[in-house]
Amino acid sequence: MSDVAASPGNTNTASAAPEQMAWDSKTRRVVLLYVPLACFLFILLFPFYWMTVTAFKPNAELYNFAEHNPLWISSPTLEHVYHLLFNTAYPKWLWTTMLVAVASTFLSLLASTLAAYAIQRLRFRGSQYVGLAIYLAYLVPPSILFIPLATMVVQLGLFDTPFALILTYPTFLIPFCTWLLIGYFKSIPYELEECALIDGATRLQILRQITLPLAVPGLISAGIFAFTLSWNEFIYALAFIQSSESKTVPVAILTELVTGDVYQWGALMAGSLLGSLPVAIFYSFFVDYYVSSLTGAVKE
Amino acid sequence: MATVSVRDARKNFGSTPILHGVNVEIGDGEFVVLVGPSGCGKSTLLRMIAGLENISGGEIAIGGRVVNTVPPKDRDIAMVFQNYALYPHMTVRENMAFSMKLAKAPREVMEEEVQRAAKILGLDALLDRYPRQLSGGQRQRVAMGRAIVRHPQVFLFDEPLSNLDAKLRVQMRSEIRELQQRLATTTIYVTHDQIEAMTMADQIVVMNAGRIEQAGAPLALYDRPANTFVAGFIGSPAMNLVPGEISDGGFRAQGGALLPLPPATPANVATYGIRPEHLVLAEDGIEARLVVVEPTGSETQVAMRIAETPLVGAFRERITGRPGETIRVKPDLSLVHLFGADGRRL
Ligand SMILES: Nc1ncnc2c1ncn2[C@@H]1O[C@H](COP(=O)(O)OP(=O)(O)O)[C@@H](O)[C@H]1O
Ligand SMILES: [Mg+2]
Repeated sequence: MSDVAASPGNTNTASAAPEQMAWDSKTRRVVLLYVPLACFLFILLFPFYWMTVTAFKPNAELYNFAEHNPLWISSPTLEHVYHLLFNTAYPKWLWTTMLVAVASTFLSLLASTLAAYAIQRLRFRGSQYVGLAIYLAYLVPPSILFIPLATMVVQLGLFDTPFALILTYPTFLIPFCTWLLIGYFKSIPYELEECALIDGATRLQILRQITLPLAVPGLISAGIFAFTLSWNEFIYALAFIQSSESKTVPVAILTELVTGDVYQWGALMAGSLLGSLPVAIFYSFFVDYYVSSLTGAVKE
Repeated sequence: MATVSVRDARKNFGSTPILHGVNVEIGDGEFVVLVGPSGCGKSTLLRMIAGLENISGGEIAIGGRVVNTVPPKDRDIAMVFQNYALYPHMTVRENMAFSMKLAKAPREVMEEEVQRAAKILGLDALLDRYPRQLSGGQRQRVAMGRAIVRHPQVFLFDEPLSNLDAKLRVQMRSEIRELQQRLATTTIYVTHDQIEAMTMADQIVVMNAGRIEQAGAPLALYDRPANTFVAGFIGSPAMNLVPGEISDGGFRAQGGALLPLPPATPANVATYGIRPEHLVLAEDGIEARLVVVEPTGSETQVAMRIAETPLVGAFRERITGRPGETIRVKPDLSLVHLFGADGRRL
């Protein structure tokens, strides 16, 4: 205070500075934050918008941009949805996809929880190498892996059954979830487990009653990832399933709704829209856990 | 209640030896404090007793039973960790009851034990809170409650007070001591703070670099430190340890001071030790130049130089002199400690 009073020349700049700062920071926010954010959102959301609009447009509007605004629907219709639900096997596809995604997610979570716990906590001889090996397995691209896997699937008699997918998806889900969970287990203080060990718990009791309850956010985000990856998986689903009614949604809409070179755009988009809903709903339920598992460790 | 014997315990991490053969005998109901500078292996020894680290060599026995290969849960011990290690997803009640739940104790017994411990520790009102809703001192008490409910043979504490502020630390210090006396449970307590060790222990074990320097009652260590390490570690402010040699009818310290020796002194003195509180002001003393004067109210701590030899004194008298002025001091000859060239007491 006394400094400012002693040098009156400063007061001018001192009073002008805050305004300029405010203007500056507002402009800066708009330029650096809102404009990029808006572009980003637009690019991200436009396909969904297009999908939604197309799904509810009558064919007349769909194929005639000259007379109809491509970005808007004049007379919305449920005809494509109706066609999809009652004239195709879409409900069956949806069910298969759900079954495969849930089952393979469950299997993968089970296996990767145990694997991650063993690698992170038991510290057996060579555990780092096992961790590394699992990671390397994740780097093998599915487009190479599906050839040997196809042989195995056929020889095990699983071809064209949901099990072909339920048992092959874990090949990429387990490495991924294991790595995610190793990181999460690392953030749980080891002292807690030592304390439980003294309290008389066995390894399995520790895992069930201490580690897993604390790792719930990590498990949920691993689950979301696994679910999303299996829901959207394409190559294995295309290769291991043949009969029309046991296909999964991403494959089916592409193979069953494109007849010859005729794209049934309305039904395609309605199928994609309905197909993305479960994942979106899944995310929205767990988004808090998901964020917290990516940003924070366990705090007491 | 149990005795604990550590016989020639060794520990290597990989090829690095951390403990080089440690021997401790702990009597039934005794409060033993392991004290030493950070990194000397105190926690490692405690964790070996708990069963959290395996034993590279030697033997550890609890209540006469060798426990080298016994898992932690069967050693009948309870441990309080430095960061308390409370289970964050359980309430105070669940935290305390966890060990009993694992042992499948009846519900009434669990509730009774929890209530009893809560009463002892003043946690009655907090039983349904989660650890994150507690203050540091309260968490500390819950950690102790978790230990009490198990009626263990031995309590193990690893620096339990190091996360508390100074005032709370003093308070918890006496609470832990009082609790231990009430329960009469054998206790091993690790700290790097020699004041905690002095005030709490029946027996202090001073460790340094993986070895035991000396073990004994607090005042025995204070009165007769076995070597220069213990002499410098126990007591606050720390003992003056002045290197030099015997000549000119006294002890000629590095820096030039000539300090008087007690009668019948051996000739091979290499270090002269005198505690700050055992320097007294005297008209016939040696002239010392004041460097820093720090009055604490009850006493005055003074950093001074005799010739160029630095010494610290602590006087009950109030000293008003300014730096640069001189006072006259002399050591209480009955309380001088003399050490040989190997650092051992003569
Ligand atoms: N798991 C471990 N692996 C390797 N070295 C360790 C391990 N734990 C402790 N040490 C080393 O052992 C020494 C003693 O550690 P510790 O017993 O924790 O000391 P403190 O007396 O401070 O409790 C330290 O030098 C530490 O670096
Ligand atoms: Mg320690």
